[in-house]
Amino acid sequence: MPSSSPVISAKNVWKLFGASPEKYLANMAPGRSFDDIRADGYIAGVKDVSIEVGHGEMLVIMGLSGSGKSTLVRCFSRLHDITGGTIEVEGQDIMAMDERALIELRRNKMGMVFQSFGLLPHRTVLENVAFPLEMRGQDRHERRARALEVIRLVGLEGREEYFPRELSGGQQQRVGIARSLAIEPDIWFLDEPFSALDPLIRREMQDEFLRLQEMLGKTIVFITHDFDEALRLADRIAIMRNGAVEQCDTPDQIVMNPATEYVAKFTEEIDKARVVHARGLASPLNGTAVEGAAIDGGATIHDLARLLINDTRAHLPVADAKGAVTGVLQRQKALDLLLGDA
Amino acid sequence: MATLSTDLPKKAPGSGTKAQVLQLLLGAAALLTLAQYLNLLPAWLHRLPEGVIPPTAQILDAVFAFIQNDLGLIHVTRFIAEGPLEFLLDTSANLLEGKRRWPYLGPVPWAAVAGVAGVIGYALGGWRLAALGAGTFIWTALIGQWKMAMQTMSVLTVAAPLAFAIGLGLGIAAWKFAWVERVLKPMLSVLQTLPFFTYLLPAVIFFKVGPTAGAVATVIFAIPPMILMTTLGLKKVSPEVIEAGKMSGCSRWQMLRHVYVPAARTEILVGVNQVIMLCLAMVVLTAFIGMPGLGAKLLAMMGSFKLGRSFEIGVTIVLLAVTLDRMSKAWVVKQPVHFEKGTPWWIRHRMVLTALGVFLGFILLAQLFPILGSIGRKQHFSQGKEIDVLIKGFLALDGIRAVTEWLRWFLNVKVLIPFRDTLLSIPTPAFILMVVSFSYWLGGRRPAVFAAIFFTIVAFSGWWDRSIITLYAVISAVVLAMMIGIPLGILASRSEAWSRRVLLACDTAQTFPSFIYLIPAIMLFGVNDVAVVFSILIFATVPLTRYTVEGLRTVPPEMTEAADMSGSTRRQKLLSVQLPLALPTMAVGFNQAIMFAFFMVIIAAFIGTQDLGQELQRTLAGTELGKNFVLGLNVSLMALTFDMAITAWAEHRKRALGLD
Repeated sequence: MPSSSPVISAKNVWKLFGASPEKYLANMAPGRSFDDIRADGYIAGVKDVSIEVGHGEMLVIMGLSGSGKSTLVRCFSRLHDITGGTIEVEGQDIMAMDERALIELRRNKMGMVFQSFGLLPHRTVLENVAFPLEMRGQDRHERRARALEVIRLVGLEGREEYFPRELSGGQQQRVGIARSLAIEPDIWFLDEPFSALDPLIRREMQDEFLRLQEMLGKTIVFITHDFDEALRLADRIAIMRNGAVEQCDTPDQIVMNPATEYVAKFTEEIDKARVVHARGLASPLNGTAVEGAAIDGGATIHDLARLLINDTRAHLPVADAKGAVTGVLQRQKALDLLLGDA
Repeated sequence: MATLSTDLPKKAPGSGTKAQVLQLLLGAAALLTLAQYLNLLPAWLHRLPEGVIPPTAQILDAVFAFIQNDLGLIHVTRFIAEGPLEFLLDTSANLLEGKRRWPYLGPVPWAAVAGVAGVIGYALGGWRLAALGAGTFIWTALIGQWKMAMQTMSVLTVAAPLAFAIGLGLGIAAWKFAWVERVLKPMLSVLQTLPFFTYLLPAVIFFKVGPTAGAVATVIFAIPPMILMTTLGLKKVSPEVIEAGKMSGCSRWQMLRHVYVPAARTEILVGVNQVIMLCLAMVVLTAFIGMPGLGAKLLAMMGSFKLGRSFEIGVTIVLLAVTLDRMSKAWVVKQPVHFEKGTPWWIRHRMVLTALGVFLGFILLAQLFPILGSIGRKQHFSQGKEIDVLIKGFLALDGIRAVTEWLRWFLNVKVLIPFRDTLLSIPTPAFILMVVSFSYWLGGRRPAVFAAIFFTIVAFSGWWDRSIITLYAVISAVVLAMMIGIPLGILASRSEAWSRRVLLACDTAQTFPSFIYLIPAIMLFGVNDVAVVFSILIFATVPLTRYTVEGLRTVPPEMTEAADMSGSTRRQKLLSVQLPLALPTMAVGFNQAIMFAFFMVIIAAFIGTQDLGQELQRTLAGTELGKNFVLGLNVSLMALTFDMAITAWAEHRKRALGLD
């Protein structure tokens, strides 16, 4: 969960595409919209974004295609040079780094998984996974041992000698994941890693991913255009549109209190009961006396559906993972969420 | 729907003015020509008087002399020629043909070469390629042409890798630095249209006669497509692969070495294929500067009208071309296949080991049975004389003879000569105006401006009449080729099986060195204008047929289905749906046909024509570098004029049809 010092901290980040973006940004009047900027001949890939990613947090960036989510992540890893603002990774301004330092950062701290895998077609699974290790000059035996280890981790043992085109899409993405994990990165970027896969495989890979994350506990920036995926995985979700972040909050808050009309429209079709947790819907105790068995704050309202219908108490105590009562849930509010307003 | 979209786009708002400009240009041309026929035109408007033609050749000669002697370039080139290049050539010549130079090991027995070719063929494409590879070399040895073939191959084995390395390097540079690409691009388009004689003379002057000059000319000739394919491949690498490389912490060199070049493998290997084929074509042509080998022998045999031997040498050259082409193409499509875990090293490398084993085995066997080492004068199976008699007997048959004689008479007297005389009678300015209006009509303003500039330069070069004769041969051959090639393509595209067969035949024919096309022409028509036009005609029909089939085949099926459902007959479908949509692709074939024709017309100078080719060939005997360049540039400029107009049209049309 977010800790005090963020791993990635972006302040007022701009990324403009066009003829001479720096000059344009320096002279730009404040408050120009995406369309105004486009009329001037520039595309605002990222528009004045400030966001922080805490240690061990999973931030999911979501939005429709062209909303700037991939661009933003490429700014974090400096695959794109930003036009304005600052990005700090573990306290270091990455725009101030020279090429050498940037290469060192990527060799030791960052891993990235790509939508269409980005595998090198002329290398075997083993050689692909060992590629980042080879680039940083690790010796042959060490990198082979480490590569085999991550290949086992993603469940591809026995396929080490295969070439990418001999594998299915899901298997190829496992190679991509293994490669990005080989250097044991602290920060893990995933750019729509599962959207090129069939729905069934996608589900399986999401489970696999959650299992890995539970084991490894990395700081993750995950991009998707699939809201269900975002809800399943995220600690926090940032919703982007036209290069700007519309809202960045926990899934519960996004569903319950959408900050803008756009976000509201986005969440309209969602079955809220499957998203909202009991602790998210609960109100503080404020001295209210509650009695009886407490319900689990980490469960969704949907999980609690049967209990909510059978239990006739108007106020239900909500407990955290340790069993301490943290709030109170109004049964009627929960039922409204579950069944729709009467 | 399809017919609508093909008819609409041309009606741009400015088309009224375009027609007016065309009328003006053509009217002026007609007026000038009419005045000439009525003897009203002053002579200086008919042809430029000698006085105003600048002494370009002499100026160029002076410039070359300055670069060569005063700047000392000759020392650099001579050093390369006599140093590293000659060393490489001598080494390969020793190994393959037994020239007495370091390392004094050769010649390698022919059986060993054939065996290794077989193993390489098997590794790349299975038994069929193995049979082709081994068979080619066995044929070459048995027919008694081993030494000649190896003289050709020894230059090829040096020139092709050099052209590959230089082309790859320049291609990477052009991709990395925009200014390199800007400098290279116009140079490449001129280089690709420059007649090969123009490569040969500078090579001779700067790099002394013989294999070195031949190798240099060959390398320069083969570089352009390698550069283009390298840049193309590097630009096409998927952005995610590049980002994956960057995120893996690659340095710039590592990016190039481990990411870009391997990911561009396919295009680079296509470049390799083209390098090999162009090298072979050029090595054969270096016969004109006295390089020994298959080309020289063919030239000599054709010169003395020994059709049988010419035919046999032709077969050898064709076999070599097909083998090299098929093998390098098989390499392009060959994908790595994994070995199961724990496969021992001798199975992983079994092809290399087999090749080595075969090679050493045959060398040992050749010690025991000398016939496997080399086949002597009396031992080969050449049937040159018999084939000669057979061909000549066949041609002397009354029926055949009557047909060829009549064709020769008809084409010469009724078509070619009148056409040539008409072209020659047109005044220079009128001719330029016609070419400009053609370019304007087809390609628009830019090609028209270039046409005007290019043909004016040709007029001021002082070789106008010969340029027109060159053009006349090209135009007549291409028109005849269209009359044959396009119907053939349309017919073939009716069935899938025939399309594939015709495409395969065309692709194979395109790998033949151009020299080959002279053989049937000379056989049928002897040595005259008709043979020239005929050889260009066959050479130019190939791309026309090929791209017609290709264009018709790639018409989107929903369009033809829409036409079927609209109840169109086969003929209606062809005329109003398929052909309009196939035209941009066919234009590519048309363009290639013209370029091939310009290339071939120069080679055909060997038969004895009165065009630029003949003059070019004469310059080879001396050291008239300036004149050689002027003549070469004339050919190049004329070819570029057509190239620009047709390419502009095809691109415009493709955009209008939304095909790209």
